[in-house]
Amino acid sequence: MINNTEAVKVIDSKRGDAVFVATMNANNVSFGLPTVTSNEKLDFPISGAMSKASSVGLGLALAQPQRKVVVLDGDGSLLMNLGSMVTVSNKAPTNLYHFLFDNGVYAVTGGQPVPGTGRSDWEEMAKGAGYAAVFNFDNLEDLATGIDQVLASTGPVFIRLAVTPEIENSAVQDRPRPSRSVLTAFKELPEALAKS
Amino acid sequence: MTTQDAVIHPAAIINELKKNDVTHVVWLPDSETNFMFELLTGEPALDLVPVCREGETMAIAAGLWVGGKKPVVLIQNTGIFESGDSIRGLGLDVHQPLVMLIGYRGWSRHGLTNDSAARFIEHILHAWGINYYLIETDDDADRITLALAEADRNQKPVAVLVGTEFGA
Repeated sequence: MINNTEAVKVIDSKRGDAVFVATMNANNVSFGLPTVTSNEKLDFPISGAMSKASSVGLGLALAQPQRKVVVLDGDGSLLMNLGSMVTVSNKAPTNLYHFLFDNGVYAVTGGQPVPGTGRSDWEEMAKGAGYAAVFNFDNLEDLATGIDQVLASTGPVFIRLAVTPEIENSAVQDRPRPSRSVLTAFKELPEALAKS
Repeated sequence: MTTQDAVIHPAAIINELKKNDVTHVVWLPDSETNFMFELLTGEPALDLVPVCREGETMAIAAGLWVGGKKPVVLIQNTGIFESGDSIRGLGLDVHQPLVMLIGYRGWSRHGLTNDSAARFIEHILHAWGINYYLIETDDDADRITLALAEADRNQKPVAVLVGTEFGA
């Protein structure tokens, strides 16, 4: 199993001028992208619309074909928008990298298992949906070794990461808030894209 | 105008989209808009983005918009009911100037409709505070331009209800 923060660090270390579209676990303000990012202006959090990271990422990838778009998704999130995997492969954006942080649970609601945990197979689903390349990592060392190959592959690429569940049980109003709202990110991204 | 003429033709819609520099049509086919498919796929100025479920459309459009493109969404009213959270979170909350062309299944100005998709859609749009225009014939097509201008001016989604089936 891979630690969430360490996984995001590895991906962020190779980002270049890529946009990160992040939701759920991977965007957690305690152990996700906001804690390690090296280019906040090109981070695009969409926690306000659970499940739609892959769809927003597809739109960005089509709009910015010369730039890598990296989606940091959650398993419970993607299960709510499973058809988007076929929508993505159908348009086949060569610059889209879809990372799935698979912890098997709904971490922000107390750790209830998501449907299909231990039964369904993300790697096979991504292959069946038609992604151009599919990777599967269940330890940090392999991810660190393989990340260059992942990002050198022609998209759309799907990368399943087996991550350790980090369960949140505190009251929602007591949890740390993100420093940038979704609306702020929407307002700032066009300028950041123009500058980089 | 004869009954034969009182329809809207795909070319009239596409001309409005091209006139306004729309770049992408994010859509899921329905019986009110299916005749547009052939023209849309053959139109180099418009990139067609087919989806599996309607809630994807506003999210894909959000990515296209923030990336510098000008998309519209083309779905049926039934799909609007499915898309509530996307319209809220990635339309209204982020001030996306998105025009949603909506096939008005069940629409009739000739009496009562038994189709709940028609009976509820305008109430839903009112509840969200989303303004809408109705188009039924080619003469109405320029309301798409009005909708695009309004969405841009108010930085907010606007709907265009397609209240008749397209002519071939």
